[in-house]
Amino acid sequence: MGKTECTLSMSKVSLKDFFGKDMATRDAYGHILVELGKNNPHIVVLDADLSCSTKTALFAKNFPERFFNMGIAEQDMMGTAAGLALSGKIPFASTFAIFATGRAWEQIRQTICYSNANVKIVATHGGITVGEDGATHQALEDVALMRVIPTMTVIVPADAYETAQCIVSASEYYGPVYIRLGRAKVPSILPEEYNFKIGKAYIFKMGKEVNIIANGIMLAEALKASEILNKDGISTGVINFSTVKPLDEESLLEIAKSSKLIITAEEHSVIGGLGSAVSEFLSENYPVKIKRIGVKDTFGCSGSWKELLKHYGLTAENIVKVVRENLK
Amino acid sequence: MADLSFLREMARKLRVEILKMLTKAGSGHTGGSLSAVDIVTALYFYKMRHDPKNPKWEGRDRFVLSKGHAAPLLYAVLALCGYFDLSVLQTLRQINSPLQGHPCCKSLPGIEVSTGSLGQGLSVANGLALGLKLNRSLSRVYCLLGDGEIQEGQVWEAAMTASHYKLDNLCAIIDNNDLQIDGACREVMNIYPIDEKFKAFGWHVIKIDGHNMEEIITALDEAEQIMNKPSLILAKTIKGKGVSIFEGKAKYHGVAPTSEELEIALKELNNGKN
Ligand SMILES: Cc1ncc(C[n+]2csc(CCOP(=O)(O)OP(=O)(O)O)c2C)c(N)n1
Ligand SMILES: [Mg+2]
Repeated sequence: MGKTECTLSMSKVSLKDFFGKDMATRDAYGHILVELGKNNPHIVVLDADLSCSTKTALFAKNFPERFFNMGIAEQDMMGTAAGLALSGKIPFASTFAIFATGRAWEQIRQTICYSNANVKIVATHGGITVGEDGATHQALEDVALMRVIPTMTVIVPADAYETAQCIVSASEYYGPVYIRLGRAKVPSILPEEYNFKIGKAYIFKMGKEVNIIANGIMLAEALKASEILNKDGISTGVINFSTVKPLDEESLLEIAKSSKLIITAEEHSVIGGLGSAVSEFLSENYPVKIKRIGVKDTFGCSGSWKELLKHYGLTAENIVKVVRENLK
Repeated sequence: MADLSFLREMARKLRVEILKMLTKAGSGHTGGSLSAVDIVTALYFYKMRHDPKNPKWEGRDRFVLSKGHAAPLLYAVLALCGYFDLSVLQTLRQINSPLQGHPCCKSLPGIEVSTGSLGQGLSVANGLALGLKLNRSLSRVYCLLGDGEIQEGQVWEAAMTASHYKLDNLCAIIDNNDLQIDGACREVMNIYPIDEKFKAFGWHVIKIDGHNMEEIITALDEAEQIMNKPSLILAKTIKGKGVSIFEGKAKYHGVAPTSEELEIALKELNNGKN
């Protein structure tokens, strides 16, 4: 019981296969889970009738005896995952982000986190890029909901390569982890030498005036925005904060010291997510002007995901606009 | 065969310890701790394989106290088994005590999972049972629920799961004392018939008098023999059992005895002796 010996080594899992791929982070999850399953018999997977969407169906096909469909019962799924963890398994529990963190929040707090059960909650369909299904299915509060729970680690990867790496890291780490994935296909962003570490920010480039702190799908927009701004002569950096908790405070201080303006960009409510985490820390420790880009305390709506990103200002163009308005 | 008089004596001792620790703490759940004393005594002193000197022993049977507010009962039985010194019981609910108001598995050996929010324990028990089966372990899982607790929807999700996955290494026990905080269960939100509901969910149901040690033991033995489905022991109990002034009174659900009440209670439990 308790801590399970994890024999998995990064090299056995062909992480490099995920590099350079334009693919939805949930697809990367589906594939890497199968690799994990081959390497570690303690990996078990639970889903709540969404295995085709969360891509855990791939694992189910390969390891039917280690896959548990819990039906449309997210609260029971989290409790069962805790029990499996307490018997020495490494459970990955998946469903849509809104149902995982909303419907089962108290189960996650009371049963998983308060018991420090080694459960990995990997939720797909985070944010508005869910698209046409609309507000009921678009989690804009999930990072906030998970971040407030003691012991919880919160990760929002940006592309397939980072997703595969953070899933492997989560399986090797002991304790509850929340990983937020997306539905839409996203471009490859992180370089081949990238090495994900829980709690470590990745600095693409440090700006001398502006620094954009982003994660998930907004990292690509941040990079596009920085190109435009740098061409304009505004020294702009981009930092990947895929781990929202624990926050990389050391990097944040370094960034703040090199910034006249910090922009946070996330596909989440501006309340409670990455922008809040950054603001909380810096306002106490190194106040710098911060502007948060995200969904502004409102529900999502139906539409194609590309239209929705524009509608809510989650674009490189809007980042550029906000920087210009605030850099004085 | 079990030594019934030994078990009855342990149950009596357990009641004494529960009342003493609650009185010292000045708050806590008296009624629901007392109603399940006989069941928990049979589990820890007769049925379950466990090792107080090695609480994490792989081969142990698991106990999940889904009705976490009966923490004093769990603490007292662990102490009587020798998991820790009896004197620790006197720190119940005090700052820095491992005996939190509701069981915390991170602070006390012998607790499988933290509970206190009702309705969640059966899911955890299912997960333990699934994990043990995957590990080809012969250990069994016991889960104690309150009868008011089964008003929680998650209990029925879990009831479905246990039967769907044929968890015959799982035995749930309902402490059917007929009371919850606001009054009688059937008046607050009718839960009956409990047996028919679980049968309809695919469970093997055993109905017993939850204060009759012989019936409890026979039921626990029977549950172990049932294959391909989970078992439920529906134990008819009396809230506050063992102390006449508390018995059957909703009022004593969540209050500790006063020192005067303790004196009366101990007299009754000690058969007039001090
Ligand atoms: C989710 C949740 N809601 C409310 C409570 C508060 N509460 C504590 S005990 C209790 C009544 C429990 O009644 P029952 O399950 O019958 O327990 P017993 O009679 O055995 O004490 C309630 C409502 C709680 N602990 N958890
Ligand atoms: Mg009751």
